[in-house]
Amino acid sequence: MALLQISEPGMSTAPHQHRLAVGIDLGTTNSLVATVRNGVALCLQDDDGKVLLPSVVHYLADGQIVVGRKAQSAQAVDPRNTIVSVKRFMGRGLRDVSHVETMPYDFVDAEGMVRLRTVQGVRSPVQVSAEILKDLRVRAERSLGGELTGAVITVPAYFDDAQRQATKDAARLAGLNVLRLLNEPTAAAIAYGLENASEGTYAVYDLGGGTFDISILRLSRGVFEVVATNGDASLGGDDFDHRLFCWILDNAGISLPSDRDARRLLMKAREVKERLSLDESVAIRMTLERGDEVDLAIDRSVFVEITRPLVAKTLKPVKKALRDAGLEPGDVKGVVMVGGATRMPHVQQAVGEFFGQTPLTNLDPDTVVAIGAAIQANVLAGNRAVEDEWLLLDVIPLSLGIETMGGLVEKIIPRNATIPTARAQDFTTFKDGQTAMAFHVVQGERELVSACRSLARFELRGIPPLVAGAARIRVTFQVDADGLLSVSARELTTGVEARVEVKPSYGLADHEIADMLRAGFENAREDMELRGLREQQVEAERVVEATMKALDADGDLLNTNERAALDAAIASLRATAEGQDSRAIKIQLEAFNRASNEFASRRMDKSIRQALAGQRIDDLRI
Amino acid sequence: MLDLKQDYFALFGLPTGFTIDMDRLEQAYLDIQGRVHPDRFAHLSDADKRLSMQWATHANEAFRTLKSPLTRGQYLLELQGVDPAFETNTAMSSDFLMEQMEWREALGEAREAADEEVLEDLSRRIRHANRTLIEQLGEELDQKRDLRAAADTVRRLKFLEKLQHEINDALTALES
Repeated sequence: MALLQISEPGMSTAPHQHRLAVGIDLGTTNSLVATVRNGVALCLQDDDGKVLLPSVVHYLADGQIVVGRKAQSAQAVDPRNTIVSVKRFMGRGLRDVSHVETMPYDFVDAEGMVRLRTVQGVRSPVQVSAEILKDLRVRAERSLGGELTGAVITVPAYFDDAQRQATKDAARLAGLNVLRLLNEPTAAAIAYGLENASEGTYAVYDLGGGTFDISILRLSRGVFEVVATNGDASLGGDDFDHRLFCWILDNAGISLPSDRDARRLLMKAREVKERLSLDESVAIRMTLERGDEVDLAIDRSVFVEITRPLVAKTLKPVKKALRDAGLEPGDVKGVVMVGGATRMPHVQQAVGEFFGQTPLTNLDPDTVVAIGAAIQANVLAGNRAVEDEWLLLDVIPLSLGIETMGGLVEKIIPRNATIPTARAQDFTTFKDGQTAMAFHVVQGERELVSACRSLARFELRGIPPLVAGAARIRVTFQVDADGLLSVSARELTTGVEARVEVKPSYGLADHEIADMLRAGFENAREDMELRGLREQQVEAERVVEATMKALDADGDLLNTNERAALDAAIASLRATAEGQDSRAIKIQLEAFNRASNEFASRRMDKSIRQALAGQRIDDLRI
Repeated sequence: MLDLKQDYFALFGLPTGFTIDMDRLEQAYLDIQGRVHPDRFAHLSDADKRLSMQWATHANEAFRTLKSPLTRGQYLLELQGVDPAFETNTAMSSDFLMEQMEWREALGEAREAADEEVLEDLSRRIRHANRTLIEQLGEELDQKRDLRAAADTVRRLKFLEKLQHEINDALTALES
């Protein structure tokens, strides 16, 4: 389909049914799903009335996969096949993961992304995450009583392209239609911004289980703008657990605990950490497998002391983000606290001291991200009238560039550029008669390629043989609204166009995803086919509905012949959609898209003109 | 018909010139982005999404270019067929070359000292010089219509911008 969902002020968007859309906070420690029901955003509960789903996946020898609380209790008995904090591995190579030595997994160092060998075979972090998402999808569909139109999934603002791509792949694998990847701090701001209706510059300090993010947001005139982001993708509440775990080992005189004991002690450490937010002193008692006894007590002041460097470590990215935004701590009007780890009093205190004000903690730091994501999902699904919508402007967290001679990076898109964005840079050949050119795409702030993350390599062939320096090769980087990159290259001088689209190498190829989906549905092939058919039919219905509405509003943009052609296209799409052939519907949909493209362009054009006209009328009023 | 090759001033309905009403620019940008942004098309078809991404990208690029005085000045020169050609132009005034050397020297010393305050102070001086040059650029473009002089000023600003980046990098290095 090709048309615009734009209506005049005062007109509601559509008399259509409410589309089921959810927001998902795919967290390191816990994950949640939320939705907007009767205008209120709320987290959906599981059968036991719990909203938090521990982000734990247990692979059993009999082929079963258990997710959540039950999987959590398997941690101590089957640590190798019980994957926790998988988010840390998303889009990461083995060398990017910290504390590998204390993890009980059988890592496989695959190209691009690390894999885990389980009793059910080698699994990628994408597959493990997909299990968590699937669980949440099922929960939502049961609770809402229907199939989901789509989901907004949150990611740390500092996630690079590889990590975002991995997250999106996991969602596809879980059968979710991703409406948008949304930065977690931005989601939190949506939750807070709406309830407080505050304008100004805000900092969102998000200390989750495994990641730390700081975002500087400007809220004004219904627009959320991320002006800077920074963070540390390997710093979070888990590190506090780890410090405490090491402290327990030291003080109990334990040197090499078994996998199982290590897991139990880590769980104990987490529990103690949480209790220390409320109590001044906590006792730690446990009997280990070999009969060793742990019998200790820890004061909050000791905990504060051993974790002080971690708290200090969070303030560095905070300073950097402020500098990027050109702001001083005093310019920030409010500080939003997100993530369970911000419950620790000394974290709140340190943040308060840095910004010279008491941080905002009135929303539950565990659910605030999911709530914000649900509110945004509701907007993206088209459930609100246009005049009630707000615009979310987002930026790219890390610079994107290309390797040049000598292992240096030429930045093409600087970090904090508003997305979607596209930039082009021209390169040339350096040898006479050169007909091919290799490109290496990287992400990061450093000048040396070796210090950046490698995203993709590709080659442009078919360059006309010319003298060195005569060919002009334009490389274009396009970053979409999810922050995902695609790169193309084109030779300009001769008009010959050789074009390459790169899919970053860390991601899963489309056929890999297809294979995984097939494997997942192996026993229910018919279900899958049926699902495919229904999806195409729903899409066709939606396209027809939206086109009719567009014609009602803007039919005058077409002449009689054009109108007749479009009406005919609608009729034939309708006819095909009544059949059972999903491929035929798909082909018909594509044809329809082409047929309505011009109409969509004219509507877009009209819409922009109206925006400008509104602008001038406003001027006159002043 | 509007198209993606349209000049940025026209896109935002602004008169072509260096001096612009920032509030009006921002409002026009937000109004347009509010209509074309991919969030408005998330539940629609791929064709819609593609069109929306093209327009939103265009609006972002246009806004970015006009928002900063340096890129705005550069863009105005380009519209009038003047390429400031930063790398290749060797006809720089000796004043500018002297000035460059002085700034470079100051940066070298501040780096050597590894002193946050010295670096911050230099950063302030650069910001001040920057403001003065931007005013000058406005006069050259809007009043005097002296494109050669304007191109020279753009080059100076470009140099200061680079210097400012280096100072920020040095400050970041001090902190880590």
